[in-house]
This record gives sequence, C-alpha cells and structure tokens, in this order.
Amino acid sequence: MYLRLHLGRKAIWIILIVLALMAVYPVIFLSVGSLMGADELEDSLGAVVSGTEGYVSFPILPKYPTLQHFAEVLLDSPEFFVMFWNSILITFGVLGGQFVVGTMAAWGFARYDFPCRRGIFLVYIILMLLPFQVLMLSDYLLLDRLLLLDSLWAIILPGMFSTFPVFIMYRFFAEIPDSLIESARLDGAREWQLLWYIALPMGSSGIIAALVLGFLEYWSLIEQPLSFIKDKSKLPLSVFLPDITITDKAGFMFAVSVITFLPAIMVFMGGRDYLEQGIMAGAVKE
Amino acid sequence: MKIRGRKDFRGLLWILPSLLGVSVLYLLPYLDVFRRSFTGAVEEQFTGLDNYRNVLGNTAFLLAVKNTFLFTLVCIPILISAALLCAVLLFGSKYGGILKSAFLMPMALPAVSVALLWRLLFHSQGLVNQWLVWFGTGESDWMNTGKAFWILVAGYIWKNLGYDIILWMAGLSGISESIYEAARVDGAGGWQCFLRITLPNLKSSLYTITVLSFLNSFKVFREVYLVAGDYPHESIYMMQHLFNNWFQSFSFDKLSAAAVMEGGVLLLVILLLQKIWRTD
Repeated sequence: MYLRLHLGRKAIWIILIVLALMAVYPVIFLSVGSLMGADELEDSLGAVVSGTEGYVSFPILPKYPTLQHFAEVLLDSPEFFVMFWNSILITFGVLGGQFVVGTMAAWGFARYDFPCRRGIFLVYIILMLLPFQVLMLSDYLLLDRLLLLDSLWAIILPGMFSTFPVFIMYRFFAEIPDSLIESARLDGAREWQLLWYIALPMGSSGIIAALVLGFLEYWSLIEQPLSFIKDKSKLPLSVFLPDITITDKAGFMFAVSVITFLPAIMVFMGGRDYLEQGIMAGAVKE
Repeated sequence: MKIRGRKDFRGLLWILPSLLGVSVLYLLPYLDVFRRSFTGAVEEQFTGLDNYRNVLGNTAFLLAVKNTFLFTLVCIPILISAALLCAVLLFGSKYGGILKSAFLMPMALPAVSVALLWRLLFHSQGLVNQWLVWFGTGESDWMNTGKAFWILVAGYIWKNLGYDIILWMAGLSGISESIYEAARVDGAGGWQCFLRITLPNLKSSLYTITVLSFLNSFKVFREVYLVAGDYPHESIYMMQHLFNNWFQSFSFDKLSAAAVMEGGVLLLVILLLQKIWRTD
C-alpha cells in the first residue's frame, strides 16, 4: 500500500489477524465440538446443557476425537435426511430456474433496446433490494391462491424469478464487446446462437457469481420456510434450530451444524473469486 | 422503423419469461396488498386510512421502527469505518487475499449453524461470562437484557464486515496510482495521502455502501434469529418479528398497511441510490 501508516504497523496487523480469526472461529468451534465424545462435551458444556454449576469451557482440540455423532446423524435420524434433501431440492430448484430465466432476461436487458427497458430494469433493481418482510404478505396471499403453501414450491417458485441474479449477470453480459456480437450477426448467427455461443461462455464468471451468491442465500434461508411451511416434513435444514438444553443431544447438534455448513463452506471455498466479483457487481452503478 | 420495431420485439422476448414471473409473483400480488391496505380484515369493505392509523398508533410497530433505526444508526457507522480501515490495510498487501477470505466466511455460514455457538457464548453460564470471570469483571445475562442489542450489533458486523471490505477495496482499486506518486513527489506523507486523496476519491463508494448497508439492516432478522431464536428481548424486536406476529394472528389489515408504508420508505431510499449511481 502506498500510504504508510507508521503508527504501530505490527499492532494493526495483529488486530487484523485476531479479527480474521474471530470471523472463522465458528467453523473451528463447531468442527471441534462435533468431534468430541459425549463425556467430554458433558464436561465442557455441562453448565448450559444440563444446568450444573459453573461455566462452559471449551478446549482448542478434542481430547479423544470421535465420529460417533456423525454416525448418529447419518445412520439413525431419518428426519435429518428429509430436511437435508429438502434443502437440496430448494437450492437446486431455485438455481436451475434462475439459470434459465435469469440468463435470458439479463441477456435481453444487456443487449437489446426495447420500449420501457429502463423502467422495467428499475423495477427489477427495486425488487432486488427490498427485504422479504415487505413482500411477505403478497407472497403468502398468492401462494395461498395457487395452493402452493406447505410445499417446497412455495419457496422455489418465487426464488426462480428473483431479480437479483438478473442484475448480476446483466453487468457481466454488458461488458461483452459490441463488435464481437455484430460480427457474429454478420456471419449469420441467429439470436439464440449469440446467447449460447457468446454470452454463456464469455459471461460465465457472471453466471457463476450469481449462482454462488444464490447458493449461499438459498442454502441458509430462514424467513420463507418459517412463514410458508408448517408441515415439518417439508422444512429445509436451514431452520433446524438447535435445542442445546437437551442432555445427550449436544454432540448431535454439533454434528448437524457442521453438516449444514459444510456444503456452503465448500461452495464458498471453491467460488471465492466469483463471490467477490458478484458482490462488487451488485454494488456498482447501473 | 420496421427493422427497429422487430428488434424491440426480440429484446422483449428474451425478458418475457422473467417479466411474466415477476409480474405474477411479485408485482400483481403487491398491488393486491396495496388495495387490501385500505380495507377491513374480515369483510373486505373500504375503510380508508384506518389501517394506517392503527399501525402508526401501534406500540409494537413503533418499537420495531425505533429499534430498526437505532440499530441502523449504531451499526452502519461502525461497520463502514471498520471495513474501510481493514480494506485500506489489506489493499495491495501480500496476505490481503487470505485475510479477505477469512472476513468473508461468515457470509457463507448458515445462521442456524452459528446459532449453536452463539447460544453457548452468550448463555448466562456461557463462555463469554467465563472469560469475564477470569478477567475479574462481573458476569452478565447477555440475551435477556438490553445488552442483547449490542450482541446483535456485534453479530451484524461479524457477518457483514467482509462484504463491506470487498466494496471498499473495489473503490480503492479505482484510484489511480499516479495520483499517489505525484503527491509523494511533492512530499506528502501517508496520512496526508489518505486524507487528501483516498477519502475524497471514495465518496461515491461511501454513498453506495451506506445505502446498501441501510437496506441490508432491514434484513437483519437472520442474525436476530441466530442470536435469540423466536422470542427475542424487546431491545432487538425488529420489523420482521412484528410482521411475523401479525402474520401468525392473521392481522392482514395491519400487515398490508405496514408493508405498503415500509415499501414506500425503502422505495425512496432506493431511488436516492439510483440518483447517486446516475450522477457520478
């Protein structure tokens, strides 16, 4: 960096590193807890879990690492599988829809001039920025009328038509040079071929960025399932609220937490660069 | 004219599936809610502005609005300045990439996963109190007092710091190196460069980040849920809780009026953002 902050450079870096450790601490904490045996968890967390005297303490590494809790979750709890499967269906259903509908719309906005284009795009931006609570009642009334409440479609259908991925992909499609598209047109390319052979490959990082952001969003969904789904067998993993006050269940809860965040962390690790590009694209002026 | 017309038609074709979905799923239902906001809850007769009056006189609504604004006023300055500081330090440094990824990680973690840790940290017999006892200071009941508000602030910053760092770094990369070089030739020091070059050039980023952070603070429910579950302390009772409660009790008259009002306020904020984006 060109500007040198002379004041205690090292001290500042230490603070930064401590902050960064705090950012990743939950991942470490939950992983360690999920590997601890039931007795060790009881010793460490007894104060909260079973109401014994004193305070919770937590070791840096488990004394006797064990996979027993993962085995318990994966082998003995069918309700967990149902929720996991619901999460998969919701996330990939939404992303699949966004990919098809969103790329087409983004391509239309980025490359064609049509009546009301600016106005429609502004509506898209507004919808993308509104919090769920504003649209909650209208969503509910519609889903009620369509008889989709209490089904995964109550979440998938509105998610497919979210305007956020359209905005992200639009920004990447708009950067494809005009000359390339014009020359392809002169060579006799049809309109769908332009999308298929030019936009998809050249805008791929935008599409991936939108999908990565979408995955993290829909894998962690809370408000929508809580509002639109009453049937417990239709709930996704993201609303599996751990009840830590049940004795013997602590290890199970740790394992569930780890399995819940694992897919998200994997997508995050694999798609970090795309995630950054997506965040930036979502904040730069139109 | 004819060719132009055909072109227009094709552009609309591409967005047609999306536009149909958006209209049916978002726009028309919202218009319906707008209409409902002027009618009674049970038999749908026109009641004028009654719902709006009820909502504005409702103590829970005022509490949620107050909390949301208080939260915004406290969080956004802390978040934005902390993120700027981190971004300036990380920008262009060798280890910036790794640390940046570390700061982003909370964005990827599902709230329910973190809820477990959060509860163990801030339970009255939890880890934080243990640490406080070691340091010799007294313990607190974090989640059931006004301190819950500050836990929420910490949670929000923990979750959003990386996001804002990325946005600041994008702004920083837009400042050309030659300005700094010229300033240094003229004998400007690090702080002078920061105050005279970096900050003024980040003005438009500042507007954008502020508005986006403001809009995001209405989405803070996930963090509240993470911190306190379904029944939080009243100091962190947010709009989403109120909406949930009205939703559970089928008070659609109040809910529709509140949704229209909140939508209207946020619409103004978004249009302001649009204006910023257009003018610079």
